[in-house]
Amino acid sequence: MKTKFTTDTKLESEIAYFENINLKLESGDIIDSFKLAFKTYGKLNTDKTNAILVCHALTGDQYVAGNNPITGREGWWSRMVGPNKPIDTNKFFVICSNVLGGCAGSTGPKELQNGSDVAYGGNFPSVTIKDMVKAQSLLIESLNIEKLFSVIGGSMGAMQALQWAIDFPDKILNIIHIAGALKHSAQNIAFHEVGRQAIMSDPIWKNGKYFENNEVPERGLSVARMIAHITYLSENAMHRKFGRKLQSRDIISFGFDADFQVESYLRYQGKSFVERFDANSYLYLTRAMDYFDHDETFRKNIEFSHNPNNHLKFLIVSFTSDWLFPTIESKMIVNQLNSLSREVSFLEIDTDKGHDSFLLEEPQLDDVIKGFLINNFAKIDE
Amino acid sequence: MNKINSIRKDWSLIETLIAQDGKILDIGCGDGGLMEQLENNRNAITHGIELNRDLAANAIARGFNVVHGNAELDLSQYSNNSFDYVILSQTLQAMMKPKDILSELLRIGSKAIVSFPNFGHWKIRLQLLISGKMPVTESLPYTWYDTPNIHFFTIKDFLNLCNEMNIVIEKSIGLTSKGKQFDISESVTGVNFFTHEAIFLLSYKNFEPIKIKSSKKVFAKNSVIANLLLDES
Repeated sequence: MKTKFTTDTKLESEIAYFENINLKLESGDIIDSFKLAFKTYGKLNTDKTNAILVCHALTGDQYVAGNNPITGREGWWSRMVGPNKPIDTNKFFVICSNVLGGCAGSTGPKELQNGSDVAYGGNFPSVTIKDMVKAQSLLIESLNIEKLFSVIGGSMGAMQALQWAIDFPDKILNIIHIAGALKHSAQNIAFHEVGRQAIMSDPIWKNGKYFENNEVPERGLSVARMIAHITYLSENAMHRKFGRKLQSRDIISFGFDADFQVESYLRYQGKSFVERFDANSYLYLTRAMDYFDHDETFRKNIEFSHNPNNHLKFLIVSFTSDWLFPTIESKMIVNQLNSLSREVSFLEIDTDKGHDSFLLEEPQLDDVIKGFLINNFAKIDE
Repeated sequence: MNKINSIRKDWSLIETLIAQDGKILDIGCGDGGLMEQLENNRNAITHGIELNRDLAANAIARGFNVVHGNAELDLSQYSNNSFDYVILSQTLQAMMKPKDILSELLRIGSKAIVSFPNFGHWKIRLQLLISGKMPVTESLPYTWYDTPNIHFFTIKDFLNLCNEMNIVIEKSIGLTSKGKQFDISESVTGVNFFTHEAIFLLSYKNFEPIKIKSSKKVFAKNSVIANLLLDES
């Protein structure tokens, strides 16, 4: 394996290049070379036992903490990751990489095809969660880390964490799986399909070749984001935040302007998303989530792929108001692990903030993650 | 490692019933106090179930394997004989279906440890007799309308149920209201009268192995016995 690293000090970001690696994807397609954009925080200890991989969700990126140069805002989980934060970078070495198929520097539809000056666009091969994790494992290997202390993620990040537990049980000690499931449900696939249709029916999309004219299917992508954003909230949270309050007006307009605050909010969410996310990438990544399915196979995989001395720990967290990945889905994972008497902890956190709770202020989530990491880390130090 | 002094009296008694290196499920584990004690003093591998969200969160944050859930709904997910001991401390009387729980405990665990307050204690009998009202005591401090304890039973009731269910009482410890400890099985008279709190170590009766044809192979309902017999031959 030929691995080379470059460090772009200007952006304070790193990219790992994997050349002539012939990464075989689940679809059967082969990517001969690829790159992963990643960020690290904190210091790897001399025994290399304190490494944590954080996996980002659908629209996340490698900028988990600190400043995100793409948005100019704080990293997507900066409330969770950093010095003295629940995932404490004074203690742990945190790695976060942009997923394969993403659009924040890793190989994906936005990037140029190998040896050409044209972007992949719709020619990018279909990637799955398993492929993303395979690519991440190569990154971890090239960082000379034999064993990750923990793999942590919410939503699509939880899918990756679970995939790590299935594919590389010997390379990790625990996973923290937040607001995820064994499979993407029919309802979730349905919402994704509506989002994809919005993008693909935008005339600017042009079968994914919009970049040829330096255009972006803004309308389609922003509608996709608006739909998705609704699924990340809950009725109660929306009511609490917006109610029927009007936006910059005292009376309704009897027209189709954004009369209501909730409309204005969603339009803003859609608009700002277009500035930072690639439409093709959105198609590919939502598809990767749709294909995620360990419903039938999880128990067997865990039963046979784990050697009996493997004390891989699972922390599974769900939220009461998450209707996209409801508690019942998390409990299915817990049930199967318990039936195999694996080391599993489970907590359903009481909140009205919906699926997005894992990104928001939830003190109990902070406490549990912090304590779980520190106390289990102390156990391996013994 | 330093031995941890028991916070609760019944925890230290439970500890005496548990062998080294066992795999333990603590039902209603709270914030993991008993689990910690058994990990430290018995080198146990522990798992817990806790209904209360905040207690479960504390236990998880302390590094214990704890599932936030309801034992009456969630015990079915565990496989047969997946634990050496299943502990149900001071909770049986609060269960909707105590008999079902009891059989679940012994399905999941080779042995079960059950502790409960004895409703046959003389103070309780006296209260009901004299005042004509439902008793309220130190160990059962709730009024009838807000008590979590929905199934009251005495030691005698419990022994009858065990008998009916073919459950063997391996050890039994009684505590008087003054905290005096005694062996329930050895005390003949007045046990049901003076026992304030009882702790039982339970297992299923070993069934006689049934021999079929081959003299070498023994087919038995109880695999432990089958293995023993095979070793001897």
